[in-house]
Amino acid sequence: MSTMTDTIETPQPSGGTRAEARDRAGHFSELRLNGISRAHGAHVALHPLELTITGGEFIALLGPSGCGKTTALSCIAGLLPLTAGSIELDGRRIDTLPPEKRGFGMVFQNYALFPHLTVRANVAFGLKMRKRPKSEIKARVEEVLRLVRLTGHAHKHPGQLSGGQQQRVAIARAIVLEPPLVLMDEPLSNLDAALRLDMRAEIRRIHQEFGLTTLYVTHDQEEALSLADRLVVLDSGHVAQIGTPAELYESPASAYVAAFMGYRNILSLEVESADAEAVTAAGRGLRLPGRVSAGARLKPGDRVQVAIRPEDVRVAAEDTGGTGGSGGSGGSGGSGGSGASGEPGLFDAVAEVVEYHGRGFHIDALTPAGDRIHLRTDRRVAPGDPLRLTAPAQRVLVFPGAAPPAGAAVSRSGAAA
Amino acid sequence: MSTLTGTPAPAAAPAPDRTALRHRLAERGVDRTLLLLLPGLVAVIALFLYPFIYGLGLSFQPQGANAGHGVFASYRAFFSDRFARGSIGTTFDLALPAALLNVGFAVPISYRMRAQFRGKRLLLTILVVPITLGTVLTAEGILEYFGPVGWFNSTLEWLHLTDGPVTLVDNYWGVLLSLIISGFPFAFLLTHSYLSGIHPSLEKAAATLGAGWWQRFRHVTFPLLLPGLLTTFCLTFVLAFTVFPSAMMVGDPDGRTHVISIEAYEQALQKFNYSQGCAIAMVMTALMFAVIGVAMALRSRLYTGSTGGKG
Repeated sequence: MSTMTDTIETPQPSGGTRAEARDRAGHFSELRLNGISRAHGAHVALHPLELTITGGEFIALLGPSGCGKTTALSCIAGLLPLTAGSIELDGRRIDTLPPEKRGFGMVFQNYALFPHLTVRANVAFGLKMRKRPKSEIKARVEEVLRLVRLTGHAHKHPGQLSGGQQQRVAIARAIVLEPPLVLMDEPLSNLDAALRLDMRAEIRRIHQEFGLTTLYVTHDQEEALSLADRLVVLDSGHVAQIGTPAELYESPASAYVAAFMGYRNILSLEVESADAEAVTAAGRGLRLPGRVSAGARLKPGDRVQVAIRPEDVRVAAEDTGGTGGSGGSGGSGGSGGSGASGEPGLFDAVAEVVEYHGRGFHIDALTPAGDRIHLRTDRRVAPGDPLRLTAPAQRVLVFPGAAPPAGAAVSRSGAAA
Repeated sequence: MSTLTGTPAPAAAPAPDRTALRHRLAERGVDRTLLLLLPGLVAVIALFLYPFIYGLGLSFQPQGANAGHGVFASYRAFFSDRFARGSIGTTFDLALPAALLNVGFAVPISYRMRAQFRGKRLLLTILVVPITLGTVLTAEGILEYFGPVGWFNSTLEWLHLTDGPVTLVDNYWGVLLSLIISGFPFAFLLTHSYLSGIHPSLEKAAATLGAGWWQRFRHVTFPLLLPGLLTTFCLTFVLAFTVFPSAMMVGDPDGRTHVISIEAYEQALQKFNYSQGCAIAMVMTALMFAVIGVAMALRSRLYTGSTGGKG
């Protein structure tokens, strides 16, 4: 600990301090979550979660609200007792310790800054509780405030700061103790869109510069994909998939994970023909060739969910049917049905909502059977236009199983939007 | 040209002016909803302001033996009588400890009551019920329960804890007890609501930063609660300062709980010296204002902003 103060008090070039910061941060080689779970009475908020976090990793817990991710975080921080399981830090059991003895930093969703203390006192709070010498507290607070670029605001109260600044105070307060693990509970959800992008980059920068290990909870797949080294997708308290962003993005394990990874079109169909890799799913007036998701064995007649990203749906050709009118759309629907069963991969839909997004259009289209298809196109489309759509077979993922209950579907589409 | 433009102008002017006036008034908060204040205002003026000013005037018109000794004769008479003057000290001796104890008891109890536990509702009810009893009933109860042959002393005697009965009525302790019983529910309810206004995530944050429960209370909860505690103190102090029924009923008949309100009552309604009674009431008011002033001055030096967690 004495080396810590020495290195701070002697000014160093920035490269040096960074390296030291990395050395200093309470490093560990692995944090093991052994089947931690949490139940409130009969309601199980978190089913046994197995996860090993290596020092220096950035892990995101991803899921819709109510999926148990904040519960998991609170359990790790010690704010909620575990119902079962254990937490080991380098072989030392820590789940029996109260939060103040665990020494993990936590950034709360509402920041939880102490409103009666200045920024400096907020950041110094943890060091003061640990009864560090005054000179050390001063030096470390200054250093961290510089890192989060708040030196000029040190004397202010949290109420005088903007949302982004408050957020950085919350991060500074958590990392000034150089905790082995920083827990972040949706830290960006209270910020506006532009600030969210800036702070995202900031969090990644601080993570790297300080050599932190971060466990980050979010419902935003974009945030999770861009920040994390590894993602843990949770589905109502269960782990749906763990993997790198690329693994999850390219081969989601289930339709649920796929929905999170940007597959906004999820259709419940039946297998028409299938081999180990290629499958053709049909039903509801559609006939789509696709790729079997890893490890799944499908046989004709199985119920499946077909996932397609909006950017993978193409407009094949403009329908030459009647322009507008219910009669026209009904006619095109009839011909679409026969067309779909004839040519696999091609299907008809009528544009319902068209959003202009500068570089192109986002379109919500309805198939004759009433399925909603989200797609992107450069083509100028007006609401009511009939469209002939297609999707490349290797981009269409087919998962075994029936559709999830309606509630889950709603929260998923909300999170993916 | 000037005549041409000049003529239509006056005709058109009134309409925009009228709306503009209404908007200007609305900017300053003057609109029809102000009428909602009227009933309350009338009540305050009729039931408080007018009697207060009338009493103030009366206090400067000495009666009886004090008449003809200048406008301040009633005040002079009060302050020159040692027994009467002593009632100020007696009142403070009762009201300050009562208010401090009430606030002091309310803090740990409401701190604990934030958590959910079995029987919380029942406990809340028990704590708050004394509000509904009224001071007279409370005083009666104290007389019965803590009296020389009451349950309290019977129990002590049965347990062989005391030789003779403990005197808790007809003296200082009886009055203090009744002030605590009747004042605590107010202190508790106020403290409870102030405490629940402090976002729980603040304490959680303090815990993750290494603060144990005492440090969390000392450095986070207490500083945020203190302004509310000062307000609570003022309220319970005022309640205790104007103690009258319990001081009459469970107080010391020999005059050691001769509080200022009793002095005022005796002057006004037993000696029929309204002027001196009013003068004493004015002294009471001034003393309460002084204490409240000190408390509010302290409060203004503290952080009194949002405690909602977002800062």
